[in-house]
Amino acid sequence: MKHIIVYIEPKDASSLKRTSYEALTAARSIAGDAQITAFAVHGSEQALATAGNYGVQSVVVAKHDLLSTYSSTATAEALAQYAQSVSADTIILSGNASGKEISPRLSVKLKAGILPDCITLENDGGTVKAIRPVYAGKAHIAVQSISDHSIIALRPNVFTAKQEGSANASISSFTPNLEAKHAGVKVTSLVKNEGRLDVAEADIIVSGGRGMKGPEHFPIIEQLASTLNAAVGASRAVVDAGWRPHGEQVGQTGKTVSPSLYVACGISGAVQHLAGMSSSKFILAINKDKDAPIFKVADYGIVGDVFEVLPVLDAKLKAMLHS
Amino acid sequence: MNILVCISQVPDTTAKIQVSGDGKSIEKTGIKFILNPYDEFAIEEGLRLRERFGGTVIALTVGSETSKEILRTALAMGVDKAGIVKTDDILDSYNVAENIAGYAKSISPDLVIFGRQSIDFDSSGMAPMVAEMLDLPSISVVSSWNIENNVITAERDIEGGKEVLTCSIPCVISAQKGLNDPRYPKLPDIMKAKSKPIEEIASCHGSALVSLTSMVLPSSKRVGMIVGDSEAEIASVVTALHEQAKVI
Ligand SMILES: Cc1cc2nc3c(=O)[nH]c(=O)nc-3n(C[C@H](O)[C@H](O)[C@H](O)COP(=O)(O)OP(=O)(O)OC[C@H]3O[C@@H](n4cnc5c(N)ncnc54)[C@H](O)[C@@H]3O)c2cc1C
Ligand SMILES: Nc1ncnc2c1ncn2[C@@H]1O[C@H](COP(=O)(O)O)[C@@H](O)[C@H]1O
Repeated sequence: MKHIIVYIEPKDASSLKRTSYEALTAARSIAGDAQITAFAVHGSEQALATAGNYGVQSVVVAKHDLLSTYSSTATAEALAQYAQSVSADTIILSGNASGKEISPRLSVKLKAGILPDCITLENDGGTVKAIRPVYAGKAHIAVQSISDHSIIALRPNVFTAKQEGSANASISSFTPNLEAKHAGVKVTSLVKNEGRLDVAEADIIVSGGRGMKGPEHFPIIEQLASTLNAAVGASRAVVDAGWRPHGEQVGQTGKTVSPSLYVACGISGAVQHLAGMSSSKFILAINKDKDAPIFKVADYGIVGDVFEVLPVLDAKLKAMLHS
Repeated sequence: MNILVCISQVPDTTAKIQVSGDGKSIEKTGIKFILNPYDEFAIEEGLRLRERFGGTVIALTVGSETSKEILRTALAMGVDKAGIVKTDDILDSYNVAENIAGYAKSISPDLVIFGRQSIDFDSSGMAPMVAEMLDLPSISVVSSWNIENNVITAERDIEGGKEVLTCSIPCVISAQKGLNDPRYPKLPDIMKAKSKPIEEIASCHGSALVSLTSMVLPSSKRVGMIVGDSEAEIASVVTALHEQAKVI
């Protein structure tokens, strides 16, 4: 490993997405003597310069008309061209929605082994060895690229972003050689979930299952979520019943989440639900059935009726947070 | 419109996973294998497009002899043709993609449809990988879409919102739950599918780019503090979240 490129994305005018800071920190943890360069296709100078706070001093931003609206194909092409121009051997990105589209294309362009959905990385004598969950988290595998390049996509929110230094990174630009065919797919609009935190981005999630008995009881979940500044999640049973929007579903057919705290209320803990949340750092479950499978993966559990427990829990949390 | 649907066979989600003697793969005995659930949405979408635009739907899998079962399911649902690239070795995803791309080149489909991810290795990489090999645009995790004059407009969930994307045909997409409600094959169609031909396609022997060095069952390092519902017990959990877990 000689040169690592970290693909970063802006969140707003002054900062990067948390997943980008996670990727920068992860790159530093395995770099050894290797050089690290952050690479972006969008972002203000102010936002990009914050890579420096995570120990990466050099940021390269690709400039081209075909990159002005987001295109996964054009981004992958620009990134591959840059990687080749500096003979980079390792590319690290977040395995978020865009990373999942860019990384497989890079693998083909650079004929590089791809390690998706990584939860730990290690420098194994100069190449990256990664651990990742398979079979819905029921097993873990260790994988390594056996070609000259590695493409590493990180499961979002698993790696901790650690600040390191406070210097602004220096920013330079790169002009890729792009043609219209490289921008074959384009994003035409983006509808943000205004005012609502998304489960895929939240640090704490409060989820409700069929034990909540009906959509009319979800204000109790929303209340607890607001106390904890958390996102609201749901099991498939309640999404299929139409109680909650599809975007809130956690699990195999929904979103994979790794918050620092996951609160499961009236959720049995079916394997498909666990597939989406078992890499959470801490799990708190509230269920009236002491034998519910969710308690097998829970760090903290309260055996009781959600309608009695949640208001007390909310009051105790408020008291704790205000003290 | 000619449509290629790529499908894979995976262990049933509820299967108990055990590591086999080689320390790198799962013990297959006693496990029920099924059609990857997301691939049902892919097949259904192919059939609906054929109903709307005409053409043919071909289902393809890269797998072993037993994977023919999922092709029978696809035939029973109504695909016109089924093909298998037979391989007995465990391939990495690049290898599988090369085999799919190789076949796709021979039939030049207007659309290649994948499931969002296979529920065994959960890579979600196949659609963009094959698209790159075919030099085509791709849209992953599509939850709704429309085709008008060969231009696709698709919607997908991303972190914090929804994206709307466009590209033109030919292209590759991967199907998310919510795209459609897959049909259940009817008994006579299941019977008929049993005798339909399945084309065997020679595999292209590429070289793997990734090596899997070991597989283990994860150890759960959970705290395991389970309490009753008295006010004092609830308070003790709140204290532990603050002092022990330090998450609030
Ligand atoms: C291919 C496939 C994919 C799937 N994908 C997903 C997925 O992505 N996400 C997902 O969540 N599921 C998924 N499922 C469904 C999954 O198998 C379960 O059916 C679902 O997770 C159950 O949801 P639940 O826990 O809310 O409901 P239930 O299993 O009905 O559990 C309700 C729980 O609430 C408890 N309860 C009831 N009343 C109270 C009360 N008053 N107080 C406290 N506790 C109470 C009960 O004890 C019970 O444990 C999938 C299934 C399949 C086959
Ligand atoms: N062996 C295979 N043969 C054919 N299609 C496959 C195979 N493996 C995966 N796919 C397709 O690729 C999608 C994504 O798989 P994956 O990238 O493995 O998560 C699946 O939903 C299938 O549509």
